[in-house]
Amino acid sequence: MAGIEVTALHKRYPDGTVAVDHVDLSIGDGELFVMLGPSGCGKTTTLRAIAGLERQTTGDIRIGDTLVNDLPPAERDIAMVFQFYALYPHLRTRDNLAFPLRAEGLPKAEVRERVAEAARLMRLDQLLDRRPRQLSGGEQQRVALARALVRRPRAFLMDEPLTNLDAELRADMRTEIKHLQGELGTTMVYVTHDQVEAMSLGHRIAILNKGRVEQIGTPLEVYDRPASLFCAAFIGSPPMNLIEVAVADEKLRSQGGLVLTPPPGLPRDRRLVAGVRPEALEVTTPGAEGSVPARVVSAEWLGDEIIYVVDHSGQHDVRVRMPPTVRFAADTPVGLRHTGGTPTVYDVHTEELVA
Amino acid sequence: MAVSVDEAVSTVPARDRPRPTRRLGGRGRSLVEVALLTVLAVLMLFPVLWMIETSIKENRDVYAVPAEFFGFTVTMEHFKDVFVGPDGGRSALSVAFLNSAVVAGVSTLLATVLGVPAAWAYSRFAVKARKDQLFFILSTRFMPPVVVVIPIFLMYRQVGLIDSKLGLILIYTAFNVPFTIWMMKGFVDEVPAEYEDAAMLDGYTRLQAFRRFTLPLLVPGIAATAVFALIFSWNEFVFAIFLTSSDSVRTAPPAIAGLIGGTTTDWGLVAAASVVFALPVLVFAYLVRKHLVAGVTLGAVRR
Ligand SMILES: Nc1ncnc2c1ncn2[C@@H]1O[C@H](COP(=O)(O)OP(=O)(O)O)[C@@H](O)[C@H]1O
Ligand SMILES: [Mg+2]
Repeated sequence: MAGIEVTALHKRYPDGTVAVDHVDLSIGDGELFVMLGPSGCGKTTTLRAIAGLERQTTGDIRIGDTLVNDLPPAERDIAMVFQFYALYPHLRTRDNLAFPLRAEGLPKAEVRERVAEAARLMRLDQLLDRRPRQLSGGEQQRVALARALVRRPRAFLMDEPLTNLDAELRADMRTEIKHLQGELGTTMVYVTHDQVEAMSLGHRIAILNKGRVEQIGTPLEVYDRPASLFCAAFIGSPPMNLIEVAVADEKLRSQGGLVLTPPPGLPRDRRLVAGVRPEALEVTTPGAEGSVPARVVSAEWLGDEIIYVVDHSGQHDVRVRMPPTVRFAADTPVGLRHTGGTPTVYDVHTEELVA
Repeated sequence: MAVSVDEAVSTVPARDRPRPTRRLGGRGRSLVEVALLTVLAVLMLFPVLWMIETSIKENRDVYAVPAEFFGFTVTMEHFKDVFVGPDGGRSALSVAFLNSAVVAGVSTLLATVLGVPAAWAYSRFAVKARKDQLFFILSTRFMPPVVVVIPIFLMYRQVGLIDSKLGLILIYTAFNVPFTIWMMKGFVDEVPAEYEDAAMLDGYTRLQAFRRFTLPLLVPGIAATAVFALIFSWNEFVFAIFLTSSDSVRTAPPAIAGLIGGTTTDWGLVAAASVVFALPVLVFAYLVRKHLVAGVTLGAVRR
């Protein structure tokens, strides 16, 4: 087991695409580290560089104490699970699992023992004599995970391993992976574009955008204080409301009259945007105390909550999360009130958090 | 290549049928279709049938006027003549067939051995100016062979490759390598690179990964490609007739052509030799027909 240090990793493909732009990551020993970002932001490229499948243009990668820049994948002692499972189609489950061990030249008895152990961990005992074609998507995924486990590598790399599964199975496998990682204590780098997956799995999350790291933090930090407008818009479902505000009389005021408590140390001379989570707002009857006039555009009833989309003068599509007991019909005039604490505030031009 | 014939064929867009037949509909349509197809089939197959008939007719039936379609005596003499010479030893034609087999076989083998790894490299690696290189490779096939036959002849005379099997093997290999690269690149593209990635992480080198995981999945593609290359080399006429002269080197196509002309032509022998010549190609094409269809419709079929 080992931590992974990525320093100033830069990858430019021959066609000129810069897939990874000077990325620094410091992944602790035994950590479950999630890289989150939209498609094309360079997650796979970063992972493949760590695995040694792609040579970085510049930058260093250390696994444990070893600088692995020049080591071939085989000598890095890591296992990777691909989005497309990459089980060898002509081999039975048993042999798919045994393959990496045979490559290492382990004695037969030990191979058998380790395969049995991995099969038990991933509950594959019934499937050992099937070929990949005879397995369902979820089963193939479990075999792929078992194949990664069986070698007891220094780190696991997972490239969107659950994307091809249906929603229910995905939730199950998520739990399973998290449990397994905790049990084994092996460092894991987990790549996903799904923020729910990232939030529920990660000890820490790195949010990537266009090859750059936008923010690294625990799920809570990332949710509470998105470091940039990109993160603010990316994390949360529905995402944060980004409301243009101005500082006046020690308060943040939006065009529509919404008043927010400013965080300390705000610069005065810049155009600012406040990030307000949907649960920090409230839809009230028109004219309720502290509310501003607004109008319901639509309501999404999700069972345990309602997401109201409201307009208030000059500000469209503000999303508000409400308990399902509070009902307002579409198109009715209502009040909009801020109930949460201090919002995060961003500079419109730099798109970064200012306070 | 998990492509079955049915899948591959179904991807061919159904062409609009001619209007008049559509208006007839039902039985009428099928009658017209059958009639048209029969006419077409007779036109296309007549030369082949005639060749087969001639090969088993006695010489006097071959020249009979009017031609005998059915009432002739069947003989296998011509086939015997293809293989056995007048002196009882091996005939010149049988040597030519053997030469053809050697030249076609070896050149196909060489083209496959050179072309498959090249195709893999073009598919997997970031080769500089890959598209230009591939286009250049293909461009060698744009020219009809006859255009380069004179320069090749002169070059071969300089280096002493004239009238040698090696010379033919080299030129056929040169023509088959580009073809093999292009065909095989399509097949390699179909095999996910992740198999090799996974194998490399499992402790294999890149070449081992290619040999143990990708190559087995390419076998159907290699078979299809090799058959095409084989058929090209087997059928090739222009280079063969220009670059070879002696009976011991000459391949079957010029040898058969050489039977025609002179004072008399033994048409029975020509026909029998042609049947023998056509047979291997037909057999091979039949054996790999599934992969041929898959290979030809490649690109229309997604993984
Ligand atoms: N082999 C390649 N050659 C050129 N560009 C590539 C290659 N692989 C990926 N890219 C580009 O690099 C960027 C990042 O890709 P990738 O790492 O696959 O993103 P992600 O996994 O986050 O979706 C994308 O713009 C993609 O088009
Ligand atoms: Mg990816």
